[in-house]
Amino acid sequence: MSWVLDNLDLIWSLSLDHVRQSVIPIVLGFLIAIPVGWLAWRYTPLRGTVLTTIGLLYTIPSLGLFALLAALFGIPYLSESNLIIALTIYGVAIMTRSVADGLESVDAATRSAAIAVGYGPWRRFWVVDLPLSGPVLLAGLRVTATSTISLATVGILIGVQNLGYLFTNGSQRRIIPEVLAGVVAVVVIALIVDLLLILAGRLAMPWIPRQGQERRERAAMRRLAAEGIA
Amino acid sequence: MSRTRTRLALAVGTAAIAALALTACSSGGDPLTGDGESSAAPASDTIVIGSQAYYSNEIIAEIYAQALEGAGFTVERQFSIGQRDAYIPSLEDGSIQLFPEYTGNLLQFFDPETTATTSDEVYAALQDALPEGLTVLDQSPATDQDSYNVTAAFAAEHNLKSIGDLAGISPLVFGGAPELETRPYFTDLKATYDVDATFSATADTTVDELVAGNIQVANVYSADPRIQTQDLVTLDDPEGLFLASNVVPVVSTSVADEIADVINKVSSALTPEGLVALNVQSTEDQTSPEDIAAGWLKDNGLAG
Amino acid sequence: MNVFVDAFAWIFSPDRLTGSLPLPTAIWQHLAFTFGSVAIAALIAIPAGWAIGHTGRGREIAVALSGAARALPSLGLVVLLVLVFGVVHKTEAAVVSFVLLAIPSILAGAYAGIEAIERTVIDAGKAVGMTPWQVLWKVEVPLGLPLLIGGLRSATLQVVATVTIAAYVGLGGLGFFIIQGIQIRNFPQILGASLLVVALALILDGVFALLQRLVVPRGVTGRAARSRPIPTAQTAVA
Repeated sequence: MSWVLDNLDLIWSLSLDHVRQSVIPIVLGFLIAIPVGWLAWRYTPLRGTVLTTIGLLYTIPSLGLFALLAALFGIPYLSESNLIIALTIYGVAIMTRSVADGLESVDAATRSAAIAVGYGPWRRFWVVDLPLSGPVLLAGLRVTATSTISLATVGILIGVQNLGYLFTNGSQRRIIPEVLAGVVAVVVIALIVDLLLILAGRLAMPWIPRQGQERRERAAMRRLAAEGIA
Repeated sequence: MSRTRTRLALAVGTAAIAALALTACSSGGDPLTGDGESSAAPASDTIVIGSQAYYSNEIIAEIYAQALEGAGFTVERQFSIGQRDAYIPSLEDGSIQLFPEYTGNLLQFFDPETTATTSDEVYAALQDALPEGLTVLDQSPATDQDSYNVTAAFAAEHNLKSIGDLAGISPLVFGGAPELETRPYFTDLKATYDVDATFSATADTTVDELVAGNIQVANVYSADPRIQTQDLVTLDDPEGLFLASNVVPVVSTSVADEIADVINKVSSALTPEGLVALNVQSTEDQTSPEDIAAGWLKDNGLAG
Repeated sequence: MNVFVDAFAWIFSPDRLTGSLPLPTAIWQHLAFTFGSVAIAALIAIPAGWAIGHTGRGREIAVALSGAARALPSLGLVVLLVLVFGVVHKTEAAVVSFVLLAIPSILAGAYAGIEAIERTVIDAGKAVGMTPWQVLWKVEVPLGLPLLIGGLRSATLQVVATVTIAAYVGLGGLGFFIIQGIQIRNFPQILGASLLVVALALILDGVFALLQRLVVPRGVTGRAARSRPIPTAQTAVA
């Protein structure tokens, strides 16, 4: 592993780039998915179509999506914007279903109570529906984060520098530790982000007992699995 | 209720701020594409150097960088940009100012129909073919061009010296990067040497596949150390199928005069054997480009 | 829209039938790698997933495995295994990486399918005298099929995308045209090949979606696969 020790600064700077290129799509995907998912949930006739169409976006292989985005929207093919937009689209695809499912999972009695107490629809959404969808949203966010971080490496094929550089450079120079270092770095970053998200979930939703949260997350994961995402 | 909301808002807010902070502290290595994505022209005494996504090219770029730093310039590195599509526009608009290139390949990029083949012809044609704002400094004796290679055993078995000696051998599978299939030095094999070849896209595993016997001829860059370490035979090219391709610095005309001195010294000191030796350090010894460059500059008395 | 016209012209040009990799061969290679790898992964993951779902043991390991595998960068895994196995075994190396990437989704689908079944239904099975094996084959597996198919669906799409990327190590398939297109600056080629890859993925997705609906056992509403089953008379075993 002497290669790794000699090149720690390279790995570090690539990791920083990688995190930056991953975090933006994760956050954007989450933010965009909230209104879209809410729309799908609120207007039942739309729900099936919207969720299926958006879910379809996830099935598009990344190398293919890059070209489509370049052709449809004039984004330069070999650019970081292309990568980030593609990753955001995948994030939206996963999170929209989570948002819809999360809102669905809120107990109708609780919602009625909120109405009875006098909350308007806007307040109800932010104070009751969204927080109570928390566990489901968290499950979706964790899946989004992990897959975004690992998928970002494909960016190297369209010339975007991140940890994927270690794969192509290591392949050229036939240096196994370099490629391995890249794989390990990506997995470690994904793990850290996952733990941070779990922590954020505990902080943001302290009212949920641990078991309840796990059970709801598991159910959410099942639903994602049925969709062919998880 | 409001405490929950505050917590939630706090968590989301922190996450968003963290995300933005991370965005801000990026190391700024975005590959430029020249579609309005290029950064503003750098400070007037900073030279921006780019490199291809090819480890050997990165070493040469690092040598340029350290040589300039030794001469008192400030250097900004934007390495491993990738395809010419991505970096030529940046060279043209001045956001990158110096780039190590190869005369033959670069000439084919600007003038695919070129008929120049020898080193001097190519250099002269390149100077004409370059767009406004770009020029080349002196070319180096070091070359790193495509070449067809076979194993020593295969060469002995079929008595091979030049590409033309391959005529009539079957099966004859050529391996190389996926783009080789479309290049004139592959498609013209039949016309120029009467060689019937089929193609296999072996990319990074080309030399391994040649040694393993899965392909018979490999397109290997002439500075690849494995030609020597794996005992390969480079076939002669008397008909000039391949363009000569010497290492040459491509520069923005705005900085050409400033850095010509320093870079020309580097170019003349870089020999073909020297380049191979640099590549050996990168692949066999797995040394980093920075260390290789520093060592080479010191050995050649060019360290600032 | 001009660029799409060029892309279609590229796809249907007669040149596509010649050269080192004719287009039909590339499509065939792509499908062969995909189905072959998913089949191998299924052989490993389905029995394991059913065992976990049926006995309820080993869940944590399976969940951790799924999470970790999602974090594995597919390009890195393929490059790594090809380097490690050596060029003579390039194909085997690639297939191993495809299988590794496919297993977690199938595993998750298998045990999630069984887990989603209401315990009352399983108890009903036991109450009418079924042995554990009968409970597995007559209750758990059939009711768990939709989610299992969901897992296979997710795995297949994952492998289709990875096979595209694996063209980087010279594996062939449709990704070859994308990688070559990038090198020779031929965007119609890149777009044409990309459209084919996308079409392939969408078609496979549609087939699996259809399959998911078809395998829902008679007597269970189609919604059972998509939401938590509501314990009513209708969802009990017919």
